[in-house]
Amino acid sequence: MSRGAVFAHQFRSDLARFWRNPQSRYFTLLMPIVFLVIFATIFKGHTVADGRRITITTFYVPGIMALGIISATFVNLTQTIVTQRENGEFKRLRGTPLPASIVIGSRAVVGVVVAVAMSALLLVIGKLVYDVRVPQSTMLGLVVSVVLGAAAFSCVAFAISTRISSAEAAAPAINITVLPLYFISGVFVPESQIPKLLRNIATVFPIRHLAQALRATIIQTHGSGIRVTDLLVVLAWGVAGLLVAARTFQWSPRGD
Amino acid sequence: MSRAPDAQPAIAVSGLRKSYGEHEVVRGIDLEIHPGEVFAFLGPNGAGKTTTVEILEGYRPRDSGEVSVLDRDPASADGQWRSRIGLVLQSCTMPAELTVRELVELYAGYYPHPRSAAETIDLVGLEDKRDARTSQLSGGQLRRLDVALALIGDPELVFLDEPTTGFDPSARHHAWEVIANLRELGKTIFLTTHYMDEAQTLADHVAVIVAGRIVAQGTPQTLGGRDRELSNISFTLPPGSALSELPGALASSSRVGEDGRVHVSVNDPARSLHALAGWALDRGDELGDLTVGRPTLEDVYLRLTDGQEHQE
Repeated sequence: MSRGAVFAHQFRSDLARFWRNPQSRYFTLLMPIVFLVIFATIFKGHTVADGRRITITTFYVPGIMALGIISATFVNLTQTIVTQRENGEFKRLRGTPLPASIVIGSRAVVGVVVAVAMSALLLVIGKLVYDVRVPQSTMLGLVVSVVLGAAAFSCVAFAISTRISSAEAAAPAINITVLPLYFISGVFVPESQIPKLLRNIATVFPIRHLAQALRATIIQTHGSGIRVTDLLVVLAWGVAGLLVAARTFQWSPRGD
Repeated sequence: MSRAPDAQPAIAVSGLRKSYGEHEVVRGIDLEIHPGEVFAFLGPNGAGKTTTVEILEGYRPRDSGEVSVLDRDPASADGQWRSRIGLVLQSCTMPAELTVRELVELYAGYYPHPRSAAETIDLVGLEDKRDARTSQLSGGQLRRLDVALALIGDPELVFLDEPTTGFDPSARHHAWEVIANLRELGKTIFLTTHYMDEAQTLADHVAVIVAGRIVAQGTPQTLGGRDRELSNISFTLPPGSALSELPGALASSSRVGEDGRVHVSVNDPARSLHALAGWALDRGDELGDLTVGRPTLEDVYLRLTDGQEHQE
């Protein structure tokens, strides 16, 4: 088989494993939808973003999209990498001729594909249920933001997985990282209600920037909708993650 | 084994050393394993078995020594070399979401000239579980699936690191049949184990490693001079008789052991037994618990490892 065919072969298997795993199905696919419905039900009316008055659902759809992308890539991938490293699966794969780039790349591409599908699903729900529309002019900007965000958070997953020593520790470590940031990054709570200090803290991390980049493509009525500065911050995190991962990534279980 | 005497060894190791920090776990070992041979590497836990195997498999760097596996240095192994070896690690979890067939077919896709997935599943005796998710397999079945993954690439050389540890007796015998099948296929097999009966049943050659050094090498029949050792005769002294009444040399060479039985080591078992039996029959006694034995591989191993198994 050619390298491309081997990649496709591995990708099909990894995608099937994702789909058949009830945990990843629930946490990655169902949870963002549940969050969107809950927030859109609890909070009513309007809020302000980018100096514009928008409906609360127009605020939440892109915010929860950011959460969906991060769940599919960062959360799911970190859990997968740590589990498969610690249970010896990676080590066993390193004993086969399968190139390392395919072992890693296939799992990352599964995350990106699921993130794209998740984003599309949230957009459809947003349009049908909450009448949240994406202007045609910014569609490309939205796609670019989703794919770049998914790729960058995948890279961060590879980096952070090297800091987590057991499969049991992965979920708490991931949650303690992302949950507080969801609250202060304009994912769970409208930014106008977040104190300036917390907003400044959130600015250091990529979640706020991804949420803003996605939101811009929905509320901007003209232009490409690409928020270059926000996307550059997200990209920078991705590159930093990749560099850390390249130096510290491990195939064998800890203490092996 | 039938092979050309000058055949290139499948594995050649000389002066291999490896330390973890201050602790030297492999202290200069030499090995030579020929194509088509089943080689068993014996030793207590912590003796350096797995470290050695993982150096040969290309997982670990070595500190010094020469290592050649299928004419390559495993430290610089590439995909082409990996496609010629198969391995079963000491432990590995199988992807719970995939079926036996899906997983074997997945691994088949990694190799340039894989075996048939269906045949390989049959070979390890999992044909009834072909469409079962791996999460539904028993420990023994998972281990056999692991062996199927090791074989799917049709390797020349197979490493099996403690393939039957934790098996119940019937699962072990099943696994032995699988390994015996591999020998029929002409594979070279490097097996680590701490079960003597496993080595006795499967191996052409064995080496015993203790504290990082090889203390004995040979066939299971000759290991540690086992073939040259004396036979042991043991029985309970008939009531009302004494050691001194035993016939000929037996009177002076016999000892009563802690078990209350008489033990004697002889180099002429037929003659000694003949004399002993005649003596007993003359007395009208049957020596109902008479045993004659040779030191088992386990006896030799325990002497070589000197109780190390219990220290670990």
